[in-house]
Amino acid sequence: MPLTRRETHPIQNSSDVVLARQKVRSWATELKFTLVDQTKLVTAASELARNTLDHGKGGAMTIEIVGNSDKTGIKLIFEDRGPGIPDIPAALRDGFTTGGGMGLGLGGSKRLVNDFEIESEPGKGTRVTVVRWK
Amino acid sequence: MERIPILRMGSFLLVTIQVDMHDRLALQLQDDLTARIAEWDATGVLIDISSLEIVDSFIGRMLANIAAMSRVLDAETVVVGMQPAVAITLVELGMSLSGVRTALNVESGMELLYQMRGKLHAELDDDASNQA
Amino acid sequence: MSKLPDIILKHEDEIRSNWLKHMASTVRRSDLMNDRELQDQSREVLAAIAEGAKSGETSDLSQQAWSRARELMQSISASRARQGFTPSETSAFILSMKPPFFHAVRQELAKSPDEMFQEILNATLLLDGLALITAEAFTLAREQIIKRQQQELMELSTPVVKLWDGILALPIIGTLDSARTQVVMESLLQAVVQTNSRFAIIDITGVPTVDTLVAQHLLKTITAARLMGAECIISGVRPQIAQTIVHLGIDLSQVVTKAKLADAFALVLQKSGRTVTRIGGSPRNAGIQNAESGLKPEMKGE
Repeated sequence: MPLTRRETHPIQNSSDVVLARQKVRSWATELKFTLVDQTKLVTAASELARNTLDHGKGGAMTIEIVGNSDKTGIKLIFEDRGPGIPDIPAALRDGFTTGGGMGLGLGGSKRLVNDFEIESEPGKGTRVTVVRWK
Repeated sequence: MERIPILRMGSFLLVTIQVDMHDRLALQLQDDLTARIAEWDATGVLIDISSLEIVDSFIGRMLANIAAMSRVLDAETVVVGMQPAVAITLVELGMSLSGVRTALNVESGMELLYQMRGKLHAELDDDASNQA
Repeated sequence: MSKLPDIILKHEDEIRSNWLKHMASTVRRSDLMNDRELQDQSREVLAAIAEGAKSGETSDLSQQAWSRARELMQSISASRARQGFTPSETSAFILSMKPPFFHAVRQELAKSPDEMFQEILNATLLLDGLALITAEAFTLAREQIIKRQQQELMELSTPVVKLWDGILALPIIGTLDSARTQVVMESLLQAVVQTNSRFAIIDITGVPTVDTLVAQHLLKTITAARLMGAECIISGVRPQIAQTIVHLGIDLSQVVTKAKLADAFALVLQKSGRTVTRIGGSPRNAGIQNAESGLKPEMKGE
C-alpha cells in the first residue's frame, strides 16, 4: 500500500477516536516501528484524540511522515476550536495516579513521544503537535 | 448495540476483551458487569486483556473502576494477560493501577480468585460459628 | 554571472587528474581504499559538481541542481566513517580539490585579476560548502555507529536468568539510565511472558549508585511487571545504598528488598509455596550429606 505523506481525519465522535488509533497503528506498522514504540504512539494518539473530542468539542487529527535520510518519524497534529487551555503548565502537570484523577492526559502523552508542542488560546482553540521517531 | 459478552463460571464472571473498544462500549461493560455481579451474587471477576494491544488512560480508569465497584459489591477482580508493550506504556503514562489485582494468565487469575474467595469463606465460617 | 561553471566544465578532466595527484601526496590512505576505488569516487564527485555547476549557481548548494552532489557527499562520508577514515581525511578529500580548481581559474582568467579573484572566491566557497556537508554527514554516521554499539552493549548486559520454575533473576550491572531502563523492562517482561514467571528478583549488586532517578527507574520496572501479574523483589542492596535511599527520602515501602540474592531466592521460594529440604542422613553427617546427595528443592503445600 503506497503511503501518502499527509492525511487529515475528523474527530467528532468516539468512533473517530478508535479510527484515529487504527490509522496511527497502520502507519507505524508500515514504517516498521518497534512494537513498544508503536504502542506508545498509538496510546498517545488515543489520549490526544480523546482530549480533542471531550475538551476541545471536536476537531481533527493530521498524520504526517517526517524526517530525512537519517531518521524517520510520524508527526501527529491535533487541532480543535474549543475553549482552549488557560494554564498549560498546570495541564501538563496533571497526571494520572491509579486512574481516579482528572487531567487532560497531556502530561502522560508527552512522556510517550519524543517531541511535544502545544499551542492554546482560551476561547480560540488548541493545537497539540507530537512526533515519535523510529 | 454490540456488547462485550460476560461468561458465568460458578460464582465467578469471566470477561474477555478482544476488540478495540470505543468509549461507550467500555462504559457499557462497566454497567453490565456491576449489574451481573449483583444479579448472580458473583464473588469474583476475571478480566482477560491478553488480546488488547492498547490500553489508554480511559481503559485504565475503566479497569480501576470495575475493581473498585466490584469490591463494594463484595467481589474481587483480577485483570490478566496484560501485554508487555502495554504494561511499559501504561507505566510511562503514569498509571500504576495499584487498586487492581493482576495475574499472568487466566489460569493463575482463577487460582488467585480461589485463594481470595477461600479467605472470604473462612471469615464467613468464623462469623457463623461465632454467632451460633 | 559567474564564470566558474564554464571553467569547471571545460577543465573537468584536468581538474580530476590534478586532484588525484594532489591527494597522492597528502591524504592518500591506501590501506583503506585502493587506487581504483579512489579514482571512481573522484570521477563521480567531479561529475556531480559539474552537474550542479551547469545550473549556473555555485553559492547556494541547497538548490535542486546540487542534490546529487549533496547525496554523494553524504554517502561517501558515511562509508568513509564506517571504513575508519578520520574526519579530517574525509573533509580533506574534498578540500584537496582547491589547488586544481584555482589552477584552472588562473588558466582562464590570468589576464583579468579582478575576475580571477572573484572566481577563486566562488570556487573556495563552493568547495567549503561541500566540505561542510561532508563533515556533518561524517559526524552523523559516526554517531549512528556509536548508538548501534551502545544498543548492542545494553542488550548484552541485561541477561534474564531463570532461577527456577516461575522464578527469574535479573542482575543489573552498571548504571541504570532511562534508555537502559527501557531495555531492561522489555527484556524482563518478555522473559516473564515466555517463561510464565510469577516472580523476578532484580539484583542491583552491580549498580554503583542508586539515586532518586535510578530508584524511579527501578520502580517503573517493578510496576510494569506487576501490571502483568509478576512480583519483583530487589536484592543486592548494599549498606551504602540503604543509607542513600533513606537519606534521599526515596520511598521503597511498596517493594520488598533484600541484601543478598540468596535471601531473596529463599523468600520467593516460600512465597511460591516451596521449600528447600535436605534429603537423607542425620544432622551429624550434614556436611558429607551435602556433598553426596546435594540439596533438592521440593514442592510443599498446594
